[in-house]
Amino acid sequence: MSKIENADPSLNRQRFDFATAFREFGIARIIILAFLLALFVLALVKGLDVPGLLTDSLTRIGMNGTLILAMLPAVVCGVGMNFGLPLGILCGLLGGILTINWGLVGWAGLIVSLLISIPIAVVVGLLYHAVLDRVRGEEMMVGTYLAYAAVFGMSIFWMLAPIRNPKLIYAVGGKGLRQTISMTETFGKVLNDFLQFKIGNVTVPTGLLLFWLLLCLLVYFFLRSKTGLAMLATGSNPSYATSSGINVGNMKRIGVVMSTVLGALGIIVFSQSYGFIQLYTAPQSAAFPAIAAILIGGATLRKASISNVIIGAVLFQTLLTIAPPVTQALMEGSEISEIARVMISNGMILYALTRATGGR
Amino acid sequence: MPEELVLQLQGIGKSFFGTTVLRNVNLSVKPGEIHALVGENGAGKSTLMNILFGMPVIKDTGGFEGQVVFDGNAVKMESPRQAMELGIGMVHQEFMLLPGFTATENIKLNREITTKNPVSAIFGKDFEKLDIKHMREDSRAAISKLGLSIEDWVTVAGLPVGYKQFIEIAREIDKKNVKLLVLDEPTAVLTETEADKLLDAMKKLAASGIAMLFITHRLDEVLAVADNITILRDGEVVASMPRADAKVERIAEIMVGRSIERTALPKRVKEPTDDDVIVTINDLRVNMIGENVKGVDLRIRRGEILGIGGLAGHGKVGIANGVMGLFGSSGTVTKDGRTIKLNNPYEALSSKMAFVSEDRRGTGLLLEDTIELNMAMTAMQVQNRYLRPGLFNPLRLADPKAIREYALKMIEDLDIRCTGPTQQVRRLSGGNQQKVCLARAFALEPELMWVSEPTRGIDVGAKELVLDELVNLNRSLGMTIVMTSSELAELRKICDRIAIVYEGRVAGVLSPEASDVEFGMMMAGETLKGKGVKVQ
Amino acid sequence: MVGNRLETVPSQRKQGKLSGIFAQFGVPIFFTVLCVASIIVSDLDINYLIGELLSRLGRNLFIVLSLLIPVTAGIGLNFGIVVGAMSGQIALIIITFLQLKGLLGFVTAMAVSVPISVLFGYIVGSIFNKAKGREMITGMIMGFFANGVYQLLFLMLIGTLIPVNMNSPVAQQIMLSNGVGLRNTIDLSNIYYSLDNVFAKLFNWNGIIWTDSLGPWRVPLGAFFMSLLLCILITFLMKTKLGQNFRAIGQDMAIAEVSGIKVDKVRITAVIYSTVLAAWGQLIFLQNLGSLNTFNAHEQVGMFSVAALLVGGASVKRANIWNAIAGVLLFHTLFVVSPLAGQKLFGEPQIGEWFRQLISYSVIAVALAMHAIQNRKR
Repeated sequence: MSKIENADPSLNRQRFDFATAFREFGIARIIILAFLLALFVLALVKGLDVPGLLTDSLTRIGMNGTLILAMLPAVVCGVGMNFGLPLGILCGLLGGILTINWGLVGWAGLIVSLLISIPIAVVVGLLYHAVLDRVRGEEMMVGTYLAYAAVFGMSIFWMLAPIRNPKLIYAVGGKGLRQTISMTETFGKVLNDFLQFKIGNVTVPTGLLLFWLLLCLLVYFFLRSKTGLAMLATGSNPSYATSSGINVGNMKRIGVVMSTVLGALGIIVFSQSYGFIQLYTAPQSAAFPAIAAILIGGATLRKASISNVIIGAVLFQTLLTIAPPVTQALMEGSEISEIARVMISNGMILYALTRATGGR
Repeated sequence: MPEELVLQLQGIGKSFFGTTVLRNVNLSVKPGEIHALVGENGAGKSTLMNILFGMPVIKDTGGFEGQVVFDGNAVKMESPRQAMELGIGMVHQEFMLLPGFTATENIKLNREITTKNPVSAIFGKDFEKLDIKHMREDSRAAISKLGLSIEDWVTVAGLPVGYKQFIEIAREIDKKNVKLLVLDEPTAVLTETEADKLLDAMKKLAASGIAMLFITHRLDEVLAVADNITILRDGEVVASMPRADAKVERIAEIMVGRSIERTALPKRVKEPTDDDVIVTINDLRVNMIGENVKGVDLRIRRGEILGIGGLAGHGKVGIANGVMGLFGSSGTVTKDGRTIKLNNPYEALSSKMAFVSEDRRGTGLLLEDTIELNMAMTAMQVQNRYLRPGLFNPLRLADPKAIREYALKMIEDLDIRCTGPTQQVRRLSGGNQQKVCLARAFALEPELMWVSEPTRGIDVGAKELVLDELVNLNRSLGMTIVMTSSELAELRKICDRIAIVYEGRVAGVLSPEASDVEFGMMMAGETLKGKGVKVQ
Repeated sequence: MVGNRLETVPSQRKQGKLSGIFAQFGVPIFFTVLCVASIIVSDLDINYLIGELLSRLGRNLFIVLSLLIPVTAGIGLNFGIVVGAMSGQIALIIITFLQLKGLLGFVTAMAVSVPISVLFGYIVGSIFNKAKGREMITGMIMGFFANGVYQLLFLMLIGTLIPVNMNSPVAQQIMLSNGVGLRNTIDLSNIYYSLDNVFAKLFNWNGIIWTDSLGPWRVPLGAFFMSLLLCILITFLMKTKLGQNFRAIGQDMAIAEVSGIKVDKVRITAVIYSTVLAAWGQLIFLQNLGSLNTFNAHEQVGMFSVAALLVGGASVKRANIWNAIAGVLLFHTLFVVSPLAGQKLFGEPQIGEWFRQLISYSVIAVALAMHAIQNRKR
């Protein structure tokens, strides 16, 4: 304490230089960035389709970005990483299925599916918050297993759902909704194709990226509004928040609901870009890559910002896109990149878990 | 005759980060002596105990000066384990008992009696079986030494607190080599009969030759059992006397007395009176663990600086926390004739009251965030200040310009040493953090400000500045201030009146000019026992 | 005064006990009802069910028992036993390469797994010490992470960094044809049933044949014997100084530390025990199964074992041998019955399967929630 006070303030001011900026960006991110560059160089050397890889990277950033963004409100309001992200995803899937069942296609389909999944996600988010609020300190585990249970509960629902639309159910044999539902005839790639353009051989999925960045911008401004700042205060010190007249419970509720809604929107964006809706057990582990991404972006279990979301999405998704083909070209068998993915994403989460201090 | 002494502390000194908390403390204890150590909060008792017990806090902050001589040998106190091995037993203020273990298991914790078996012969001592029978015998012996009969094989969890205290002591005396027992406010949580029982047990133990260092606030207990009394104040031994020479009044006076220069404060145009009351508190009860308030009635005059003093644990801190809705409370609080809803910080804040918490780092600040955000947040949330224009309040954006302006002004007015308004609050010194807390409260432009322990843990220069600023606010803006503090001296320095809280109630309201004896007696609860003290 | 107060205490505790009993046995009672209902619905042959249960009890009990020590030591449900299961499998792969057979092979595998799992247990325990209060989620993620390392070892490094003589018949059997990485399934017929029928093999002299059969059922006596041994061992351990240390740190680490117990060290010890036992448990499981699903066999071990223990009425803070036994029986009854019940009720076995998953995940979620709620009350 005294050390800092004794230090001349002017000295502190001088330290705002390159080195601090460098440190702010973080060693981990610099390493990953360097690794990415090396992969790109290797890809060029090996004569891989680099523009194609860039196109894929952009697409994957856009399609996963919203799911990663979903982590932000939960962390900011102090609940921590939303390990129950699949709950939101299930809401989005339900919205998508209902929309397709109603026969809506194109933009109408996309917009309606987004719009109807929001109220569903709000309700689920409220219930989810009610649970999390009671299990403080154990949010991560309870969230994980609650989501697992919900995934299987919904699996039963998908199989028994009273839906007879031939686009959705198995044509012959098999009962209930299909495992993967093609969206080519409904609203697949609507966002990707919007204002799409090419630079050289790189295709930019403008609509997809715009949608994500727009959401990021909205969340960014929200976090600078009265409520957003109240949420921030709740997350960093609940006692301070209470003593500032903030209703701490409400702020956490808003954070969890926002996270769930973003999860729902995220999976719709993801599915339309992917071209398929994946049902049943597909969403089970969806939370982990999103958590890994925001951590790679520089977040901790207790603190995160929009920049962590954007940096994390870009670094992690680009890595996931270009690592497999490059390693495949270098070595026989592409297992290494899958193994690396498992180790990087879980290693990141593990590291964050051992670093976080304090129980609250 | 050093070999006759169990413990000798010679010239003990200790400072934390440049702040001296102990200076040249000398103290000696004979075998079988009960030595009472009394002093106000912050007098340095707990630091002294930490040194004696080799707590890591001391080592981590640069060790201590002086020498500890135990049983005739100079010892370097390096770890609690060493202290235990030497024969120092500590009875902690909060219970160090495992709730799911039986009394015996707790008494024998990590000192279990074990028997060898074939497995342990191969794999080592860890696999020796517990010898429950002998463990129970020992515990029963230890318990009966205290003169009571507690079943030794019941789980501790369900026992009343008094029992736990005894089990704790039994554990210490069961250590075969124990020569000195340190009791840190052992009666604080006990009922009166339990406390009497404990004092009896202490006498019994002393008779068997165990020396005791007895820390307490209750002066009547000191007189009941202590052979010798040492009084600490501001980290120094201010008096040391045998019981025969001691009187409650005298101890109280020495405990709190301190040269006070009450510099004349600026006069007001109109002095506050009972005719113009800003806040009336009736039967306030606050459920704040360790600082429970049990029915406080208080009238706060408009424009005054009211001090709230009292010993720790008696509830002085609970009053402000209860009124401001941070802890569960009941009773009525009326401000300007309007009843304020309790248990709701928002209500309290919107009735033009502000609060500077005693828990600066816990409640007062967002340590990870910037100075300016810390200052502006509360006013923004409660009064919609520092927000850009907009239709829907919850979604109005923060106005960085207005926030910056206010922060810069406060940094200048309060002389906050920082690199700028965007510096992280965590990086500031204690005094500067306290100033940020004050700025946070000022931002509300309150009519009444509750300030708890504003000078705790900050250095002398900053203390003066904080107190000056409070006086300045009071005189120039007419802001009413209620200041809670453990430091009587600073209350007497700036307050118009001082309410002393004893056992959760207001024992009386004194003038700052009242004598040390009066303050000491009232804080020790003596007035309640009928010895009249002039009350203003 | 002291005497008077004491009278009231036992009665208070009795009341607590009554509601405690309900809280403790609520889950097993619920599952018993569920199992019975499923059995009735599925119209299952009871003989078949009992046979299945006997073999599953032998196969799974040991590894579930490996969870008990960390619970006692306050670490909670050790999802990190996945790492222990992996060490067991590593040992198994080593003895397969060595072409050891029968009981000798099995015992060698047990011995080989010890140093591996001690090392892994030490690492897991150290990481748990850095993530106090978050051991369960950390253990879970650690399982995922270790899976990556395991795949790296057996998909990439074996055959490259670790040289393998591809001309040997064993290598041709278990390695992928290009010489790098193991096959997806490895045949374990060398040690198949080597423990389960150990008595039948050893005690076969002078016409007195120890038989594995009990009426229509085949009993894995060897596995039962090992589990029994472990139960005795755990019971013994809990009465020793080390056991007392486990119990002490399980209640309050700070107090234990103050009284001189080296908390971090004891915690690591507990995790090492658990990891070694999990490795052996996995060996027992695999010798019963007879084949190793190289890259998936360990994945679900943590979840299944934890769910079984919880179904048996354990909580994050309290678990005993009987919870483990009851849990394995109930959980695996559901395992056997639920697809059939799904088939009968909905014409779709998959639904029963999902229902079982739904239930087991819910059990874990609820148990953890209960734990958190109780912690908050304190």
